[in-house]
Amino acid sequence: MSVENGIGASVRRKEDQRFITGNGHYLDDMNKVGQAYGYFLRSPHAFAKIKSIDLSAAKAAPGVVDIFTGADMVADGIGGLICGWGITSKDGSPHNAPPHNSMAVDAVRHVGDQVAFVIAESLEQAKNASELIEVDYDVQTPVTNIAKALAPGAPQIHEEAPGNLCYDWELGDKAAVDAAFANAAHVSKIDLVNNRLSPNPMEPRAALGEYDMGSGDLTLYTTSQNPHVARLIMSAFLGIAPENKLRVVAPDVGGGFGSKIFVYAEETTTIWAARKINRPVKWTADRSEAFLTDAHGRDHVTHAELAMDNDGKILAFRVSTQANMGAYLSTFASAVPTYLYGTLLSGQYKIPSIYVEVQAGFTNTTPVDAYRGAGRPEATYVVERMMETAARDLGMDPTEFRLKNFIQPDAYPYETPVIMTYDSGDYPLAMNMAKDMIDYSGFAARKAQSEANGKIRGIGTAAYIEACGIAPSAAVGSLGAGVGLWESAEVRFNPTGSVTVFTGSHSHGQGHETTFAQIIADKLGVPIESVEVVHGDTSKVPFGMGTYGSRSLAVGGSAIVKAVDKIVEKSKKIAAHLMEASVEDIEHDHGVFSVAGTDKQMTMGEIAFAAYVPHNYPADLEPGMAENAFYDPLNFTFPAGTHIAEVEIDPSTGIVDIVDWAAVDDFGNVINPMIVEGQVHGGVAQGVGQALLEGVIYDEESGQLLTGSYMDYCMPRADDLPNFRVATTNTPCPSNPLGVKGCGEAGAIAAPAALMNAIVNALGKDINMPATPEKVWRAINNN
Amino acid sequence: MYSFDYERPSGINEAVSAIGEDDKFLAGGQTLLPTLKLRLAQADKLVDLGGIAELKGISVNDSEVTIGAMTRHVDVADSADVKSAIPALSFLASHIGDAQVRNRGTIGGSISNNDPAADYPAALLGLGATVHTNKRSISADDFFVDLFETALEEDELVTKVTFPIPEKAGYAKFPNPASRYALTGVFVAKTANGVRVAVTGAGTCVFRQTDMEAALSSNFAADAISGIKTESSGLSADIHASAEYRANLISVMAARAVKAAS
Repeated sequence: MSVENGIGASVRRKEDQRFITGNGHYLDDMNKVGQAYGYFLRSPHAFAKIKSIDLSAAKAAPGVVDIFTGADMVADGIGGLICGWGITSKDGSPHNAPPHNSMAVDAVRHVGDQVAFVIAESLEQAKNASELIEVDYDVQTPVTNIAKALAPGAPQIHEEAPGNLCYDWELGDKAAVDAAFANAAHVSKIDLVNNRLSPNPMEPRAALGEYDMGSGDLTLYTTSQNPHVARLIMSAFLGIAPENKLRVVAPDVGGGFGSKIFVYAEETTTIWAARKINRPVKWTADRSEAFLTDAHGRDHVTHAELAMDNDGKILAFRVSTQANMGAYLSTFASAVPTYLYGTLLSGQYKIPSIYVEVQAGFTNTTPVDAYRGAGRPEATYVVERMMETAARDLGMDPTEFRLKNFIQPDAYPYETPVIMTYDSGDYPLAMNMAKDMIDYSGFAARKAQSEANGKIRGIGTAAYIEACGIAPSAAVGSLGAGVGLWESAEVRFNPTGSVTVFTGSHSHGQGHETTFAQIIADKLGVPIESVEVVHGDTSKVPFGMGTYGSRSLAVGGSAIVKAVDKIVEKSKKIAAHLMEASVEDIEHDHGVFSVAGTDKQMTMGEIAFAAYVPHNYPADLEPGMAENAFYDPLNFTFPAGTHIAEVEIDPSTGIVDIVDWAAVDDFGNVINPMIVEGQVHGGVAQGVGQALLEGVIYDEESGQLLTGSYMDYCMPRADDLPNFRVATTNTPCPSNPLGVKGCGEAGAIAAPAALMNAIVNALGKDINMPATPEKVWRAINNN
Repeated sequence: MYSFDYERPSGINEAVSAIGEDDKFLAGGQTLLPTLKLRLAQADKLVDLGGIAELKGISVNDSEVTIGAMTRHVDVADSADVKSAIPALSFLASHIGDAQVRNRGTIGGSISNNDPAADYPAALLGLGATVHTNKRSISADDFFVDLFETALEEDELVTKVTFPIPEKAGYAKFPNPASRYALTGVFVAKTANGVRVAVTGAGTCVFRQTDMEAALSSNFAADAISGIKTESSGLSADIHASAEYRANLISVMAARAVKAAS
């Protein structure tokens, strides 16, 4: 029996009606009685000691309720912000995590660092008062570039981190790699910069804190991808309030791309201040603040070398990376250039030995943390630019070189030399499909045609892999994570047969309200209109680890399936009782329970009603129809695929026109193909943004952010992008009950390498991202 | 944004008499309002010109196109009369900023602000237009003085711009990928008084490329200027482009503008 709007159907998104008609409930739409407005005075300097702060004139300004500084929070016993993933250096020492107060205490370390929180009756009054605060700064020489920050003699940003070093980490068998290189017939080398990105979700961060003096309850409404984790950290490490007295609500959230995973200073200060003044306080970032304070992404400098035999078989891979952490260690920053990066350096390839070392350091810049893909785009960029370079060095077609070195479809489970055990996949299939889609063999003719028109054509491939479904708790725990990365769900039938699903995942654009409803529709025969998905409120959802790392469906969806299984099990008992059969004889098919070999059957709705009106009910069963489940995955999932980009370059201006794009992704089973395709489109757009347009730039001398608005920071627009050819392959994931792998980050992971390989193919030489028209023009004109 | 007073007069004289030392005229607001919001500018009073009917509108005769100061970019872009008289001017207006900017921004506001990367100054200088104010008429050659600086006096208000209809004209722009201002834009016109080549975006203020004008005067074809380089010293350099790259774009855009001229 098939089900309408079930698994595999391209159902239109239930949530879009309210978003498109302006009826979403975003944070800045919310207001509370008696609400005051908060505004942060921020550092104009990249690095300065604070000699004194004089609040007297500001406190006397019209409308001011109160003004707080970092010293007030410290005096109140509020702890600093934390990093939740401990990394161990080569020498066995733990990473350096210097104090990270929500507001500066004795120094500011990046432009935009919080100095004071001004609360007034109106936002204008708060801003006016902030201009009256007198801060006496002792300005220091800043350093923004990671290579310079780690070099001897660099300005010392934190006393606790000598030489600005956060950690010096390694993974892999160095001796084996060195030996393989010593005997290699060919060695290819590449130097890469992975540019720093600003996340730019459409809705800026915001917080509304509320304190109930009677109960002592605090409620923080905030733009979070993981409200329970925010509550846990604020409670356990900052001491804002005990978990049972702190409710965190993340309502409709307008995008995150990772940047709303983290526990930030502003949200923390806002909820703390609400109790201090015993009034609701609202803070909403403006776009300038978002550029200055939303955790940035990427910012790696890497040297990589690949050893090969005479036959073009890969023998070993050696990678050395410097990673910029920014001024402070953000919530999961330490894991991004290590366990989310080094562990993916085997790519889709059989590489006998791999060694990677990563030096992470502090600079006078905005903290850097996870951004769509988080570590995996960096890994794919290194691996796939390396493969293209190696093929070029050997004079081989880059796709043939890859096909020669791919892990073969019969090799699973495949253990890489860098921890991961790949569970399933068919890499040659995806590559060959992508080549067909883009007519790879016809490229030479198209290139000749471009040349005749005075243009330069290039084609580039990226065969990416990622580890999603983050993550098995035992695995991440052994690697230093401070949390377990399971997920929870509750499936609750109402007496009249409608369903409310509570999930610990959080939707901020992904479409969970539709996808999760499709699972319920499919498994239990309930129309999707009768399924409500509740998320983002610690007072409603049992617990949740949130949404990031393409984990919602693989982990959160699996928790829902486990709860559904319990519902089915209980329903069978009720059905058996009501139809006077034995439980073993009850068969279940998409919400219909029947007695084997008879025409007796009951629907899920009838059984749910009986569970709530148990006039005739099994004596040994509890009434009601609601089940909880927690799901901890067995392994990561490993989405993988091939993207091929084709470009045409105008040599007179250096502008890159993307003329074609083929994306073949193995996401395992697919619940809603339309949503999956949308995720691929969005991910590729972000990857194209990184490769061609985006890049955070600091003035190295002053440490000022030069790309602080959309006048200077270039986001991709629709007319920068081609029509995409999109397809999926579907090798089911063996480690979760849905067989799904995750699709949220693939595009952003694959696109930069595919596009840069195409540009490098056209130019015949390497250039770094972003490939701006001027850079490309200079490469063509050798200047 | 700091607080300010607001007035919306209905006549030009009323507007001019309303303006004080720390006040500003508000035209389309596409530069002024974001600047005020960011507290990078401050005004005691905004005098909104949106209520002055005589500042709006387009008229075309045999020799001139006249555009009222408060005429929006979208109206110039969509005007059938402008399209037929000076297609390059309509094309230029249709490529200013984005749709939102074109729906609010005005020609008077744009030229009075004289952003070094704005599109309209290239059209005025390239076509040898005349700027009319409440006090006088100023030739485009005299109007644009320097970075964000014009010949306008404090209480002087642009009322309209007249463009002589050229034999042919073309505009080519390389947009800044982020802002979509002109990273470099070149307006080329063959007029009764000779060939004019105006460059915007590349320097601190719109300027004429006289070497190209001379070459095009004898042969109005892209090939005629293919060997002409612009000296990069004195051109702008920023995070978006170096002076050398802008110099290159002047050559490329000028050739495209000549090819596009109609």
